Amino acid sequence: MKKLCLIFISILFLNHSAFAVVKIDITRGNLEPLPTAISKFYIDKPSKFSPELKALELDKKISEVISNNLKRSGLFSIIDQESYIQSPRIAHAKPTFQDWALIKAQIMVSGKLVIDEKKRLRVEFRLWDVVNAKEIEGLALFATPNSWRRIAHIISDKIYERMTGELGYFDTRIIYVAESGPKDQRIKKLAIMDQDGANNKYLTLGNELVLTPRFNPASQMVTYMSYFKNLPRVYLLNIETGMQELVGDFPGMTFAPRFSPDGKKIIMSFAKDGNSDIYSMDIKSRVVEQLTSHPSIDTSPSYSSDGSQITFNSDRSGAQQIYVMKSDGSKVKRISFGQGLYGTPVWSPRGDLIAFTKIYRGKFYIGVMRSDGTGERLLTENYYQEAPSWSPNGRVLIFYRESRTKKSKTGFSTSSSLWSIDLTGYNERKIKTLTDASDPAWSGLLSK
Amino acid sequence: MYKSVSLSVFLHLAFVLLTVLTLPFVKKEPITAQQLIAIDIIQISEKTQLPFAPKAREIIEKIKKEKKKERVVTKQAPPKIIPKEKPDTVPLPDQLKLKKKEEKKKKQNPKEVKELIRQSSEFEKKELFDPNKIAALIDKSKEETADIKKKQSLELTQNQDSSVTLNKGITLSQQDAIKAQIYKCWNIPLGLPFDQNLLVRIKLKLKEDGSILSSEVLDHRRMNQPGQAYYKVLAESALRAVKLCDPLKMPTTGYDKWKDLQLNFDAKEMLRG
Repeated sequence: MKKLCLIFISILFLNHSAFAVVKIDITRGNLEPLPTAISKFYIDKPSKFSPELKALELDKKISEVISNNLKRSGLFSIIDQESYIQSPRIAHAKPTFQDWALIKAQIMVSGKLVIDEKKRLRVEFRLWDVVNAKEIEGLALFATPNSWRRIAHIISDKIYERMTGELGYFDTRIIYVAESGPKDQRIKKLAIMDQDGANNKYLTLGNELVLTPRFNPASQMVTYMSYFKNLPRVYLLNIETGMQELVGDFPGMTFAPRFSPDGKKIIMSFAKDGNSDIYSMDIKSRVVEQLTSHPSIDTSPSYSSDGSQITFNSDRSGAQQIYVMKSDGSKVKRISFGQGLYGTPVWSPRGDLIAFTKIYRGKFYIGVMRSDGTGERLLTENYYQEAPSWSPNGRVLIFYRESRTKKSKTGFSTSSSLWSIDLTGYNERKIKTLTDASDPAWSGLLSK
Repeated sequence: MYKSVSLSVFLHLAFVLLTVLTLPFVKKEPITAQQLIAIDIIQISEKTQLPFAPKAREIIEKIKKEKKKERVVTKQAPPKIIPKEKPDTVPLPDQLKLKKKEEKKKKQNPKEVKELIRQSSEFEKKELFDPNKIAALIDKSKEETADIKKKQSLELTQNQDSSVTLNKGITLSQQDAIKAQIYKCWNIPLGLPFDQNLLVRIKLKLKEDGSILSSEVLDHRRMNQPGQAYYKVLAESALRAVKLCDPLKMPTTGYDKWKDLQLNFDAKEMLRG
C-alpha cells in the first residue's frame, strides 16, 4: 500500500514539473518616446459665440500647445496630424482603434470645445490606450476663452501624469532677467512667461539692475536682488498686485535670496567687510536669524524640500565647494570633493538630488549629485552657463548659457539664452525668449 | 540388386555432402592464428603534458584565434543595444585625456595585448614548471578541452542547439526568441525611477498558433492602490507590449509546455542606463 502511495505521489510530482508555467524575464525594451496621436479638438453644439471661438481657432491651437508640451518633454513622439484617418468628432465619441493602430499610435488624445450662453468655455478631453482599446483618462475643464493656454497646459499635465506616474510641469511659469542693450550699458528687467515661452511680461522697467529672481513655491510672490542707494539688496514683489518692498534693514549688502519650501521664510547671504554669512528671515515677523558664522564667503543657500536642511557654497576649505547643514545652522558638512569649483547648489523639490554649477579648466558644467555628495553626474558642458533651477516635479533643470556670437574690435560679443535639460542629460532644449535672458527660476504648479 | 545398392550409396553420399555444405553447425570454422600486439611498458614521467610539435602548435594557435574572433549569433538573439550617442555624464577634459593616453599606450605596447602568446610560452618554459602544480595543470588541460568542445557546439545551428533545455519545458533558444519579440514591442516608460521595486508579472494563456487567449497582471490589486502610480504605468506599458506582440511566434511543437507563460517585466537595468 505504501509503495502504491509513493508511486502515485511521484507521478503527481512529475506531472507538475512537466507542465510548470514557463517564466521569462523581460529586462530590455524600446527606449524610444511613446508614439502619441493628438487629434485636433472640435467645436460642439454651436451657440451664438461659436463663430467667435472658430475665429480664434482654439480647436487647432489647444491641440498644438498640448503636442508641443509633450514633445518637449522628450517622453512622447507626436505623430503628424496629416496622417490621421479619423475625424476629431468620431475620434472623441467612439474611436476606431484599428485606424490609430495603423499609424502606429499607442495612445491618442481627443477633445471637444463647447461655449455656453454665458461665454464660458468647456474643454473636454479623453486619453485613449489605442493598443488595449480603452479610455484611460477623461476630464472636462471650465474657463474663459482667454485662458485656453492654461487649459492646454493642464491637459498636458494630466496626460504626462497618467503616462509617467509623476506630476507634470507644464502649467508653470518662469521668471527671468531680460537683457538688452550694449554690454557696458546693459538694461536688465524682470520678466515672466509661461514655461513654453508664451505670455511674456515685464515686471520692472529696467531703471535698476535686477538679479537672481526666485519664486515663492506657495504663493504669487517673487524675491530678487536689486540696487538700493548703490547697494545690492533683497526685495519682495507680489506679481498680482505689483507691490514691492525691501527685505530687512541690513547695514551691508544682501543677495542670493531664496524662499523656504513653505514660503514663510527667506534665506539669503549678508555681506559686510569682505565676509558673507547666511541668514534667514521670517517674512511675517521679520525676525532674522544668523545661520553661519565663518570668516569665509558663504553664499547661494537653498532649502531641502522638507525644509529641514540647507545646502550652500563656501570657500572655507580654500576653494569654493558645496556644503549641507541643518536648517538651524548646525552640523555643517562638505559634500563636494571633485576637481574644480562648485557653486549655485539647488535642492530638488523631490529631495533626492542637488543641482550645481561646476567650473573646471575654464569650462562650465551643470550637474547633479545626491544630497550626501555621491553619484555626481555632469549633464551639460559649455563655455559659460550657470544658475540651474528645478521644474516642480524635479525632473528638468532650467539654466542660462552665454554664447559667443561675433568677433568685434573689443573682442567677442556674447548673447545669453535660457536652456532646459532633463535628468537623463539627453533632452536639451533652448527656450525662446524675446530678448537675451539670464537667471531663470521655475515656479511651482499653478493648478495644485 | 547391384544397381539399387549403388544408387542408395550415391544418394546417401549426396545427402551427407549437402548437409555438410549447408548446415552451419556442421561446418567447422577455420582456425585463425591470434595476432600478437606489442606493448611497451614505460615509466610515467613527472610532466604529463608534453608540448605539441612546433608546427602543430602553430596551427592549433591559429585555429584558436580564428575561433575566438568568430562570434556565433543565433537567429533569435535579442536586439543589439545601440550605444547612446551621448554618455550619461559629460566627461571632464582630464578624463578625456586619460582615455586618449590609454589608447596610445595600447598602440605603443603590443606585448601587453598579446596575452594568448604569453600563455603558450608559459606552457613551454621549463622554469615556470612547478612539480607541485601537476594537479593544476591537469585541471587546466580539462578546461581547455572543455573550451574546445564548447566552441564546437557554438558552431551548431539554432535548431541543433535546442538540446540545451531548462527543466521548465522550453529550450533556452526558444525563450530567447520570445524575449526578442517582446523587446521590440515594449516601450519602456522613460520617466520611471530605477531605484524602486517595480516588477510586473503578466500571466499569458496562449493558443496553439501563438495568439494570446488571455493576459492578466498577477499583482493586479497593486495597480489601483494609492502611491502605486509608477507600478500602474509600468503594468500598462507591459500589457501594451503583450498586445502589440500578439500573436507570438512560438515553437511548432510542445504546446503543453508553453501554453501558460509568465512574463516578468523589469525596466530597472534599462532605466539605470
